[in-house]
Amino acid sequence: MIELNPFVIFLAAIFTNNMIFSNFLGMCSFIAVSREIPTSLGLGQAVTFVLTCTTIINYLIYHYILLPLGLDYLRFILFIVSIAAFVQLLEMIVERYLPNLYYALGIFLPLITVNCAILGVSLFMIIRKYDLLQSIGFSIGSGIGWTLAIVALAGIRQKLKKASVPKGLEGPGITLIITGLMALAFIGFSGIVQIQ
Amino acid sequence: MKEIIITTIAVTAISAVFAFLLTLADRTIGDYGEVKLLINNDKEFTVRGGSSLLSTLIDEKIFIPSACGGKGTCGYCKVKVHSGGGPVLPTETPFLTEKELKSDVRLSCQCKVKQEISIEIPEELFNVKEYIATVEEMENMTDVIKRLKLKLPEGEEISFKPGQFIQLMAPIYDGNDEEVYRAYSIASSAADKTHIELFIGYVPGGKATTYVHQHLKVGDEVRINGPYGHFYYQDDNDREMILVAVGTGIAPIFSILNHMKEENIQRKARFYFGAKTPSDLFLLDYFKDLEDTLYDFKFIPTLSRVTEGHNWDGERGRVNNALDKYLTDTEHKEAYLCGNPPMIQSVMESLKAKGLKDELIYFDEF
Repeated sequence: MIELNPFVIFLAAIFTNNMIFSNFLGMCSFIAVSREIPTSLGLGQAVTFVLTCTTIINYLIYHYILLPLGLDYLRFILFIVSIAAFVQLLEMIVERYLPNLYYALGIFLPLITVNCAILGVSLFMIIRKYDLLQSIGFSIGSGIGWTLAIVALAGIRQKLKKASVPKGLEGPGITLIITGLMALAFIGFSGIVQIQ
Repeated sequence: MKEIIITTIAVTAISAVFAFLLTLADRTIGDYGEVKLLINNDKEFTVRGGSSLLSTLIDEKIFIPSACGGKGTCGYCKVKVHSGGGPVLPTETPFLTEKELKSDVRLSCQCKVKQEISIEIPEELFNVKEYIATVEEMENMTDVIKRLKLKLPEGEEISFKPGQFIQLMAPIYDGNDEEVYRAYSIASSAADKTHIELFIGYVPGGKATTYVHQHLKVGDEVRINGPYGHFYYQDDNDREMILVAVGTGIAPIFSILNHMKEENIQRKARFYFGAKTPSDLFLLDYFKDLEDTLYDFKFIPTLSRVTEGHNWDGERGRVNNALDKYLTDTEHKEAYLCGNPPMIQSVMESLKAKGLKDELIYFDEF
């Protein structure tokens, strides 16, 4: 594998290897919390922050604890534990010191714990054998890519409120179709760079 | 073997580190210290910050009605938070009307106590207490209605106004996986402060009613709290009373009539009681006897579905029909309605059509 520049990985994670449009990870909150742009932007920012921090924590856990002890098969359990604990900790800190942000994010923070895009990034980082800098680039890029996708979808769904959608397709149905179309559109970027 | 031990130690150690960090954070970041809680600009409490307003108030022995136990799903635990509650959370907005939002109403289970906070609650909630009562008697009034007599713990008393209700907790039992509170009107007289009686109708699938009808036995302990409610006997006037009830709505009326009997109140009263079939009627003789003992009382039971062959010489049809027949004017009268929402709705309409003012109609929806 060619050694990739962290910045290239960062860009690729946003456009060509978007977590949602090429891996279809983090779909639950992507569909559930994409009704309005401000809330989805808030969630996107929270996901980006948690994603970056947990990827670093998980990188350290994996390379300095699990690998030397030969316990790399435990990564699934321990990554989830570290993500859950980090989100809890973050919630307490935000509640105490940034009350405005806490009230804006409120119920979305705990939702992030079960966002599979976050676990996905930690696992991809291992499969693709990234070093620390590459992992950081990848996680920030994935977070921004996820935010881009959910904000774009929220924008479309806001417009869609005025459209006449067939009854059976209302809600998640039409959302999944839109997601598919958006994914097709993102394939247009795929010629630029590939990281997987 | 070695691998198992290393695995166990590694997982335990990493989890322990996170657990330690979280506990530390809870003690430092999550600890809001002691904060002042001001209620109705009058009573001041010093409480430990960090938990919800509802549980903080319960710690101070102030009970706010709540059916879901603080999960934010019932929307009963509304209080006014004048300052220090922070903005309204997305978990509260579905339960609050435009008007309530403007007048600082919040769900106390969602609002956290983090700083000096000033709230307003109805004065009578200070009177609300929690009791572990014992079931003293249990009796079937009809096929689906049970009468329950509860004895309060030794030395404890409840003072309520005739017509008010208490909340009874249905504990976790086979088929019910959460503790729920349900409201029941007190049927007994307010004079007996150490016992309360309830009429509990069976609702198929109802958590509390299934508990009472199928699990509860004489001698068991039940957790209740109360009294609550704005529906009670108005003792500041001598208007003639129009009492209307269907089904278990009879309970608060029963309490009001007993109160009138015990206090020997010289007040005219007419009681319209509606049921479907003769088997739904209960306490008929008791109310008939009251006609002789009370000052000026008439009992008018009415059946909407008289079964074939049953000898029924009372009224037929819904309570509305009986009202139309016997209630000629509403001059110097007030009404007390208890029962299901459709019945209250239609009786209210016909009372208003007869000229009774809104503020003289008291009602309790079941």
